[in-house]
Amino acid sequence: MEIRRRNDHIEISELDPFLAELLRQIPASANPDGVQAAEQRLFSPPSNGKQTELCAEWRIYVEPELRRLFQTATETVAADLQQLNGNEKSFANRTLRIPAKHADEWLSALNQARLVIAAKNNFTENELNDHFRSPIGSRRDLSLFQVNFYGFLQESILRELES
Amino acid sequence: MSCGPWQDTGCQAQIKANEGIFPTSNEKAGTMTTAEPTIEQETRSEDELDVPWQVVVHNDPVNLMSYVTMVFQRVFGYPREKAERHMLEVHQKGRSILWSGMRERAELYVQQLHGYLLLATLEKTC
Repeated sequence: MEIRRRNDHIEISELDPFLAELLRQIPASANPDGVQAAEQRLFSPPSNGKQTELCAEWRIYVEPELRRLFQTATETVAADLQQLNGNEKSFANRTLRIPAKHADEWLSALNQARLVIAAKNNFTENELNDHFRSPIGSRRDLSLFQVNFYGFLQESILRELES
Repeated sequence: MSCGPWQDTGCQAQIKANEGIFPTSNEKAGTMTTAEPTIEQETRSEDELDVPWQVVVHNDPVNLMSYVTMVFQRVFGYPREKAERHMLEVHQKGRSILWSGMRERAELYVQQLHGYLLLATLEKTC
């Protein structure tokens, strides 16, 4: 897999089917529905609990705005990912072109997905920092790989934005 | 977002003029007096006083260091070095005070930080 900036796009090329499938999973992975820990992480309280009035107002006025913001980001990413749904042979390497103006939405969606997956699996800090973990052998390993892969993409997009 | 009357400062002595420039009923008796102004002491609870508020960012094992640095630069307009210093403080000490000042602005910063999915809270300094 290679990531590079090309004019007004960030291009991810030589995507093998497995990584392409992980990319396709971003919008679904970012959905916290049904998992309280994930919901609580995406919509964390604005105070340490002493400001009950503030927290109540926050839920009424701010949370809906945040939901819209997060949803817009995942919808933009889902639309960009349509490129991976062509009629090419399923084993062929693919290329994804992300418009540079969508970089913020990608950063947000990748972050949402990482936070939701980490919350759903209750990953420890040690697990998250273990980048030399043995090959994927369980669903949990796959989820951790997903978190790390999305983190790598975030880093790459940030680097391309800075360059 | 409407969060209440935090722009006003402290206790205020408000003089109510009682529409006092107009004559009262004593006019009929030949003397003209105006009603004495009523002084109302308006008190506010400590919560409403605009003491400085702090924007605190807490450690999170998932958010990337480079991402957090970028967010601090964008939200607070900090130069990269300062943003990195705060990011490292969050990482090493578990929290960092990013900004302190008026409540409304602090709330706005916390809202922006939540938009970037950082763990941020608003705390009163005293």
